Amino acid sequence: MGLTAEESGRLAALLETHADKLTASWTDAVAAPLRGRLTRAELLRQVQDLHRTLVEALQAGDFDLSAEAAASLRATLVEMSRSRARQGFSAAETAVTVFGLKKALFDVVDVRGADPQVLADLLALGLVIDDLGLFTFETYAKTREELIADQAEQLLELATPVVKLWEGVVAIPLVGTLDSARAQVIMERLLETLVETGSPYAIIDITGVPAVDTQVAQHILKTVVAARLMGAECIISGIRPQIAQTIVALGIEFGDIATKASLADALRHALRMIEANRKARSN
Amino acid sequence: MTTDVGPQMVTIAADEDVVRVRQLVRIVAVGAKLSLVDQTKLVTAASELARNTLVYGGGGGAEVTVVDSGRRTGIRIVFADDGPGIADLDLALTDGYTTGGGLGLGLSGARRLVDEFEIDTAAGRGTRITITKWAR
Repeated sequence: MGLTAEESGRLAALLETHADKLTASWTDAVAAPLRGRLTRAELLRQVQDLHRTLVEALQAGDFDLSAEAAASLRATLVEMSRSRARQGFSAAETAVTVFGLKKALFDVVDVRGADPQVLADLLALGLVIDDLGLFTFETYAKTREELIADQAEQLLELATPVVKLWEGVVAIPLVGTLDSARAQVIMERLLETLVETGSPYAIIDITGVPAVDTQVAQHILKTVVAARLMGAECIISGIRPQIAQTIVALGIEFGDIATKASLADALRHALRMIEANRKARSN
Repeated sequence: MTTDVGPQMVTIAADEDVVRVRQLVRIVAVGAKLSLVDQTKLVTAASELARNTLVYGGGGGAEVTVVDSGRRTGIRIVFADDGPGIADLDLALTDGYTTGGGLGLGLSGARRLVDEFEIDTAAGRGTRITITKWAR
């Protein structure tokens, strides 16, 4: 939305003339839906910042939100929507900070008695405010997406603990969706732990994996092969009946890899193997 | 009655969408009272085909519908993409054949996991796969 230099100038003057009344009424409009979660003083400061940067952008002539002159206005909007998004406010509660200006204009400017020129200017300003609102909304959505991506990354870290079950036996309980990124993290963790603990046995428990498709199976198989290269043997546990039937129908073969129904069975199997090795050595 | 469940669309454009397809199919399968084994089979088949749509078809969409044959309820899923299509279908349906570094079991395995499997494709024409699983 572009404005002519004249329109911009008149609007800047209009906003300037009623500055105090406008920001007061604007703050009221913003404060109502937020119900006291931000203090009035804080909101007033934000609104004054927005008012000041908007006036400056308008005074620079032919207003355009993407222009150089509107840089500080954009920065203010970005800062406001980012902090709202991070504090957990909804999109509507964020957008109202911008749209509150419309309500303030209605309160402050005497629309009924105004001449057509003022009305036309107000309409143009309405479009500008819509633009600011859209820009705010976009920033808000982007911030939320960043938050979600951050959390996904944190989950990735959290969801893959390798635990030592017994002397010589480590286990990695897999929970949830096993995509390529997670499979990579899991493989690295497992191999590192094998080295650290010097364990000859690793149990991969898939009780918490809702569906084992060919990609998941391939990731598991690769992990097993990598562990074998390091001299460790893997046991896959937690294969529930429906998963077993699905694996058979898909045609996936686990070859000579030991698989067990439960983690307890897998541990028993590993301990038996360790015992057998110990006996073989002592004979 | 489950006939009132209309088709639900999922766009497949990224890895997360494969997960979304899987979640949607599981919810619909539970709603249609498929057994746990059949749920798992259908979800797995959907996962394979959704990934194929993404990896080989370059993205597309999945449409999940609850169908009613009068005697029994089932779930029908249509995967469609505008990708390069499959030139040699027999070869693509061979166990262990892959052009993408996978296990080569996705397409053939998915066919074994469902009750009905239709594929409409040709080189340069995209691919459209329809699968149906009936509740027992």
